[in-house]
Amino acid sequence: MPDVTTLIEVLLIVIKVVVIAMILFSLPMPLTWLERKVAGHIQVRLGPWRVGPHGILQAVADAIKLMLKEDITPDKADKFLFRLAPLLALVPAFAVFVTIPFGESISIPFIERDVTLYIADMNVGILYILAIAGLGIYGVILGGWASNSKYSLLGALRSSAQMISYEIAISFAAIGVVMIANSLSLVDIVGAQSGSILNWNILYLPVGPVWFAIFLIASLAEINRIPFDLPEDEGTLGAGFHTEYSGMRFSLFMLAEYVAMVTVSILCVLLFFGGWNAPFDMPLPIPPIPAIFWFIGKVSAFIYFFMWLRFTLPRYRYDQLMTLGWKVLIPISLVNILVTGYMRI
Amino acid sequence: MEQLFFYIFSIVAIVSAILVVSVRNPVHSALYLIICFLQVAAMFVLLRSPFLAAVQVFIYVGAVMVLFLFAVMVLDLGKERLKDSMHSQSILGGALAIVLFFIAFYLVYNGDIVAPLGAYTETALMKNTEVIGAALYTKYIYPFEVVSLILLVALVGAITLVMRHKDN
Amino acid sequence: MLISYLAVLIIIGFVSLLGIGALVASYVMQPRNPYREKLAPWECGMEPIGEANRGKFRIHFFIIAILFIVFDVETLFLFPWAAILNDKSLSLFVFVEMIIFVAVLALGLVYAWVKGALDWI
Repeated sequence: MPDVTTLIEVLLIVIKVVVIAMILFSLPMPLTWLERKVAGHIQVRLGPWRVGPHGILQAVADAIKLMLKEDITPDKADKFLFRLAPLLALVPAFAVFVTIPFGESISIPFIERDVTLYIADMNVGILYILAIAGLGIYGVILGGWASNSKYSLLGALRSSAQMISYEIAISFAAIGVVMIANSLSLVDIVGAQSGSILNWNILYLPVGPVWFAIFLIASLAEINRIPFDLPEDEGTLGAGFHTEYSGMRFSLFMLAEYVAMVTVSILCVLLFFGGWNAPFDMPLPIPPIPAIFWFIGKVSAFIYFFMWLRFTLPRYRYDQLMTLGWKVLIPISLVNILVTGYMRI
Repeated sequence: MEQLFFYIFSIVAIVSAILVVSVRNPVHSALYLIICFLQVAAMFVLLRSPFLAAVQVFIYVGAVMVLFLFAVMVLDLGKERLKDSMHSQSILGGALAIVLFFIAFYLVYNGDIVAPLGAYTETALMKNTEVIGAALYTKYIYPFEVVSLILLVALVGAITLVMRHKDN
Repeated sequence: MLISYLAVLIIIGFVSLLGIGALVASYVMQPRNPYREKLAPWECGMEPIGEANRGKFRIHFFIIAILFIVFDVETLFLFPWAAILNDKSLSLFVFVEMIIFVAVLALGLVYAWVKGALDWI
């Protein structure tokens, strides 16, 4: 029979899981509103305006609409896999958050306990994230195959070929960071960047910026954002692998996509921009800004950056995309591994 | 408590492994094989080797199964053809499986299979990745370099076979 | 240590519950009005022709998947290597053996490149 301390630990984990999952589940609502606002202002429009002040309730209206839409299951579809695929896309996107740290630890005032701001600090941290995030591909492949529609199947194949090609480059960039920090644990990786802005991996010259560029390009391709949103290439593929999906099942795919965007922003910050560390020590009269605000600020900046890119860049062609992955990013990564290794021994 | 989890994982693994060979649709088989591999990964965690668990998910679930699914889609392995080519092998396969089971049972029962990391304490295994790294790149350096050659041969062989297929 | 991996099971269970809950809530509220045209696969408004899943696709997707496995295994060997690089007694030796490992696999990439396995068109 497990003792009391174990039970308290399990309870704490359950609470953290519930809090993080609920936040992530509702995060796409403000994010879709923001994305449409950013799009509007970049294109000199107003964006959502009618529902609530500055259209802020637009996302709520969309959510209600999606709830009330009919879920269509095409009669030629493989019913079991067709219904399972949205969940297969959703679960890995959330499961990576087990080992993502949001800060070191805070003390909760009433129960007088230090609570860590991560669910678990795994020894295999970054490898766990890459492995689990890679499982999201099955939602795409199985969803596209189960639809039994030509557009879905072609979209699924294209999408998954793109994801696996760029997964290698992401792994290489992660290895570069692991070489600098000598640990796979994300808490240790952030810890190695503490001090000042000069210790951040992005400023680990000359290899840091190269690793960051590889990571950024590859993860944009991995989460299917512009300029690599080939799977959603309306002109040639309909809506890609989720052509046949509607209503709530469609929104679960979208939810997974937004959570993946948040994950990538967080990983950029943790791996290259010092995590929750402040860039420099504040002069004494100003009270120091809590670490969590630095973290959220940096992550928000990245999320904005991804939205900005979406309405600025055109889309790649499919053969250009594959050439970039295999003939540019992977050779550069291999050379960069050797350079980083030489600097670290 | 740990044993309870072990039994859950092993029962799910065995059931899904049986489903892999018994369902007709190759894509459904692939799905059950993914479930089976995930249970094996969970067992690696119970054996205090999270690195191997991550490897299991990363390579087998994340890469090998993608290849399986691509093969089913690209090479058009219909139900009928898969069944035709598998049927004649089922007796031989079953016999081999039983032989393999008894060999493994014999070795485990006599205690001939001992984990090379068995001497490590739990605290040392907290640094599982480093432990494996230190062993792999010093004591097992020769097999490690052979792996790179095997991978190269696999790559060259696969490209040669597939590119010939492409020309036709 | 094991307890941190219990969290993985908990989050998988909870997120599945959330997802299924959302699907069930939507199932209760949505209208259901299927008819033949609505349930047909989308093919730009034409009658769908044949079975989509029997279609043959370019062998190239298959080559990409094979290349992916080989390089995935390679990256995996680099992770423990990167984690022990700071061990000064080993690092030079370990670094040299990794140069050999990477060089052999770079040879594989060059072979694929020359053979045209990486060309999409």
